[in-house]
This record gives sequence, structure tokens and C-alpha cells, in this order.
Amino acid sequence: MPYFWIILGMAVVTAVPRVLPAFLPLEMELPSWVRRWLAAVPYAALGALIFPGILSVDPSRPWVGLLGGLGALLPAWKGMPLGASLAAAVAVVYALQWLLH
Amino acid sequence: MIRMPAFANRGRFEALYRGMAMAFPIMLGYFPLAVAYGILSFQAGLPLRSTAAMSVLVYAGASQFMAVNMLGLGAAGTEIVLACFMINIRHIVMSMSLMQRLADLTPAGRKAAALGVTDETFALLSFSEIRSGPTKGWLLAGVLVSAYGAWVSGSVVGALLSTVIPGDLAASMAIALYAMFIGLLVPNVKRHPPALTIAAAGALLCTVLTPQVGAGWAIAFGTLGGGLVGVLHAASVPEDADQEEQA
Repeated sequence: MPYFWIILGMAVVTAVPRVLPAFLPLEMELPSWVRRWLAAVPYAALGALIFPGILSVDPSRPWVGLLGGLGALLPAWKGMPLGASLAAAVAVVYALQWLLH
Repeated sequence: MIRMPAFANRGRFEALYRGMAMAFPIMLGYFPLAVAYGILSFQAGLPLRSTAAMSVLVYAGASQFMAVNMLGLGAAGTEIVLACFMINIRHIVMSMSLMQRLADLTPAGRKAAALGVTDETFALLSFSEIRSGPTKGWLLAGVLVSAYGAWVSGSVVGALLSTVIPGDLAASMAIALYAMFIGLLVPNVKRHPPALTIAAAGALLCTVLTPQVGAGWAIAFGTLGGGLVGVLHAASVPEDADQEEQA
């Protein structure tokens, strides 16, 4: 199969889940428990996105990702901006990779 | 109300710029990852135009890594498309949650924004203060187009420079996106402690399900199932966090 058709197929199956909710009517009054559910979804998504994925940052050494995550946690806990978490985590992982090679 | 076109344009420009600045952590994570994808794609034998076309049309990190890997192994096209669907079905949940917050956009604006939903843009937009008003769409455009631009440009750079950049160096930047997720979660947990229970439930469910159904479905079910914890009154979170923050 030419790459073109594979890419087109991937584009369709990726776009549909993204755009489908934008076609749902907004006027409908959602029951209170559904609204609480949707409000909680971003937090649940963050949990599911962080773990166990973070263990695969260095697939042969799961603890590298965990230590990097810890590096991101401390600045965030101190109320520092998002960039500080990024810089700290990248610094920790780079340092570990450098030490281990 | 007197209309002041010049001032209105400045408001739009400021909103666009603010969106671009908000997207900076995503761009910082996307660019090196996209470079890594470009390198792997070149190594799997894809021409530059296919490598770029996939980033332009598919715009989904995990799926693209998987696709070039499978192409390198000689997998069939239908297998790749099916795997791509299974990885990305999770975006339906994220998009549905985000659309609740974008109800005041025009229908066309909502559809355009929905096309830009990724794990990262969804997470950033869900936890950012986005004021309703005429410039809201411009702010969203700033965030979404910047993230998209970083992904597409990184892919092209990776494919072009694949012989000079070591792929594992770029790949080790993968921690940047996890750092962003953690940086978004922690302040919210401090403000609303039940958020930790919800996030932990999502993570636990995802961990249990990943070996059974793969990461894509596990994230979808972890998100849905973890979110159900928030239905309990004892563990509920405010329905619109940013509005409450402004009050």
C-alpha cells in the first residue's frame, strides 16, 4: 500500500475522535453527576497520562523517568512557573543519562 | 458601545501572543520529540514528503512513532491504521471535556479547536485561565497553532538532519511533556485535594489496563474510570476551575 493511503487512513481515524464531540449539541442540560464527571476528567487524564508512561522515558531504567518526575514535582510544589518544572526535569534526566553512559 | 477597530486588533494580537506564550512548554517538548520522529521516519525509509505529510495530517506523536516503526518492520497498512485508531480513541473523552469549556465559541471555531486536541493541548487548556470574550478564539489559536507548528517543523528538521542528530538525544527530551503534566497537576492538587484521588485513580486504572489493552485504550479507560471518582460528592472538584479562580 502506498504511504499516501496509510497516512490518509491514519489522518481520518485520528481526526474523528477529536472532532466528533464538537458536533454534539451543547444545549442539552446534562445531569449534575455527568457534569461532575466531566469536571473530573482532566485530573483523571493527567494521572493516566503521567503514570505508567513516565516509566518509559528510559525504557531500560524506569527509575530515570521517576527521578525526572520528582525533579518536576518540587518546583511545582513551591508554586514556581511551568517552565521551572520542565527545566528541572530535563536537567535531572540529562544528568542521569550523562552519568550512566 | 463605540467600536474602536485599532484597539480591537491590538486585543486580538495580544490574545494570540498570550496563547503562543502559554504554548511554550508544549513547543519545548514537541520540537525535540518531532525531531526524533523525523529521524526514525527517515531511518524507516520514508521520503521527506511522507514524513512531513504524516505530521501535517495526523499530528499525533505516539501514533506516528508507532507507524514508522511498523512500516520499518513491513507491517500492512490496515494494521497501522487500526493501531492508530486504538491509540487515539482517548481523544474523544478529552475533546468532550474540553468542548464544555469552549461552548461560547462559534461552531466552526469549536470544530477547528477540536482538531488541535492532543494530550498536551487538552491538559494545558483544561487548567489555564481562559476568559470568555471576543479574543478567546485568538488565544486558543495562539496555543493550538504554536503546538502544531512545533510538531510539524520539528519533523521536517529531524528528517533533514537525520544523519547529524543522534536520535536518542532527542528522545530523552520525552521527560519534558511529563514534567508539564506534573507541573499542571500539582498546583491543582494543592487547591483541590480531591484532585489527587481522581488523578491517582486514573493512574492506577491506566497501569492495570496497559498490559491488557495497550497504552491508548488504557489512557481512555483510566480517564473515564478515574473521572467517575469525581462523581462522588466527597471527591468532587469545581466544575469550572478557572472561573472560580478569577472570582
